[in-house]
Amino acid sequence: MGAWIMAGITFREAARRKILWTALGAGLALLAIFAIGLHYQMQDFDDHNVAPILRYQILSGMLLIGLYTVDLLAVVMTILTSVDTIAGEIASGTIQAIAIKPIARWQILLGKWAGFTGMIAAYVTLMFGGTVAVSYLLAGIAPQNPIRGAALIFLECMIALSATLMFGTWFSTLTNGVLVLGLHGLAFMGGWIEQMSGFTQSERLVTVGVVVSLIMPSESVWRRAAFEMQSPLAGSLQFTPFANVSVPSGTMIGYATTYIAVALCIAVCHFRMRDL
Amino acid sequence: MRQGAIFGFLGPNGAGKSTSIKMLLGLVQPTSGHAQVLGASSNDVEVRRKIGFLPEDFRFYDWLTATELLHLHGRLCGLPKAKLRERVPEMLDLVALTPHRFKRLRGFSKGMLQRIGLAQALIHEPELIFLDEPTSGLDPMGRRLVRDVIRAQRERGATVFLNSHLLSEVEVTCDDVAFIKDGEVVASHDLHALAAGEMRIGVRARNISKEALTGLGTWATLLHVDGEQYTFTTPLAEYLPVILRHLIRSGADVYQFTPERLSLEDLFLRTMGEDRGL
Repeated sequence: MGAWIMAGITFREAARRKILWTALGAGLALLAIFAIGLHYQMQDFDDHNVAPILRYQILSGMLLIGLYTVDLLAVVMTILTSVDTIAGEIASGTIQAIAIKPIARWQILLGKWAGFTGMIAAYVTLMFGGTVAVSYLLAGIAPQNPIRGAALIFLECMIALSATLMFGTWFSTLTNGVLVLGLHGLAFMGGWIEQMSGFTQSERLVTVGVVVSLIMPSESVWRRAAFEMQSPLAGSLQFTPFANVSVPSGTMIGYATTYIAVALCIAVCHFRMRDL
Repeated sequence: MRQGAIFGFLGPNGAGKSTSIKMLLGLVQPTSGHAQVLGASSNDVEVRRKIGFLPEDFRFYDWLTATELLHLHGRLCGLPKAKLRERVPEMLDLVALTPHRFKRLRGFSKGMLQRIGLAQALIHEPELIFLDEPTSGLDPMGRRLVRDVIRAQRERGATVFLNSHLLSEVEVTCDDVAFIKDGEVVASHDLHALAAGEMRIGVRARNISKEALTGLGTWATLLHVDGEQYTFTTPLAEYLPVILRHLIRSGADVYQFTPERLSLEDLFLRTMGEDRGL
């Protein structure tokens, strides 16, 4: 019961904060720009009588770029909305009035996690659905395996959320934000290094990429999502965030799911023991 | 602590007052030993149904209205919605915030935040209430309101643990006090017994003989002499007429005889030492 109350108040808090509406505004702007781009692209195709196969590949590439932007926006919004929730409330003392109520600390933390999860699910659904709807209505194309792709983007956000809550039980808001965004950047770099291995056939580059993915698996999850959603030709484009040179396996997705569970367990244990 | 009493917890800055409260509430873990409240471990979640707490410098989600805040805390305490519909307006009325019930906390003054914080601590009618500096930031009217609320809780049968810097507030509100110094309780007093006990007497008189002063030793102790001004202490109020009679009979010309009760501040300074600031 206590966890549900915390989930509800967390959801309401996010809804009343400007950052969510700013993120929604940014998302709508993204959709508008995406729609304008697609519209002009379709006009150019008609003007230059482009071959259907080339049209399809270009539009598929544009769709994937749109979904990649949605992914980035969702992850950044996840981190920015949740970075203050534990760390900031501990620093300000706000958490004290809640922590002495007859609810366990794990309920407070998991309730907050559940509240953010609901908000992020709604955001990803809205943005992913909007991007797919725009591309389908204007260009008549849709991603391969859209449900699987959306679920993987959501999973990536959950990784960022769980890491943010975990570090929030240790560090201040600012340190927490820098740490999680830094780890996400590290994962991004790791993903590129792993893709390089496709050209150089370097085992050492693969190892570096895998180790980075184990530290922060968010980018691996995106690359799997891109692999699931892209057309085969788009995937063969090299040096893009969507290239299928080195596709993370199902085991890596299992690892990412376990990563969330472990991060939450660590967060609960530390939050339960620490002084408030 | 006596059940049903208002207990004042006093000590200088850094003595460990707030830390002690936090340990009793399970917010801070003791470095050694363990804390028990109402017969249960301070980490017991269920015992918190019987406990209310107003933290020092109460802060909460400032995007909530006063009504929403009380509903949230009531629900966290396990109150059913029907009960909350009665309790929330009652509590808003109790802390004189009914006109501001739909106002968001971000628009509240410090005093208003203290009052809504007090309301959230009392919403579930707790048996034991911890108040950490409940009157800080309040104007005299607000202080009086809080004092009345605290007394009303005692009338209801609740026990109140009051941590305050304002000795005058503690003196008029509390039944018992304890002094804490460097993390240890160094003295505790029943304030009602204290009120009937030791007194200070200011005397302005001429011609007090050495024999008269020696003879007074049975009932009073001479603290200070400054010309015609003498300061004594006496352990019992009943000795006052005896002391006055003794002085007059010994031939002293008494111009002034002013008994004063020993204040809590005197007691505090005597226990802590004059150089320790509050």
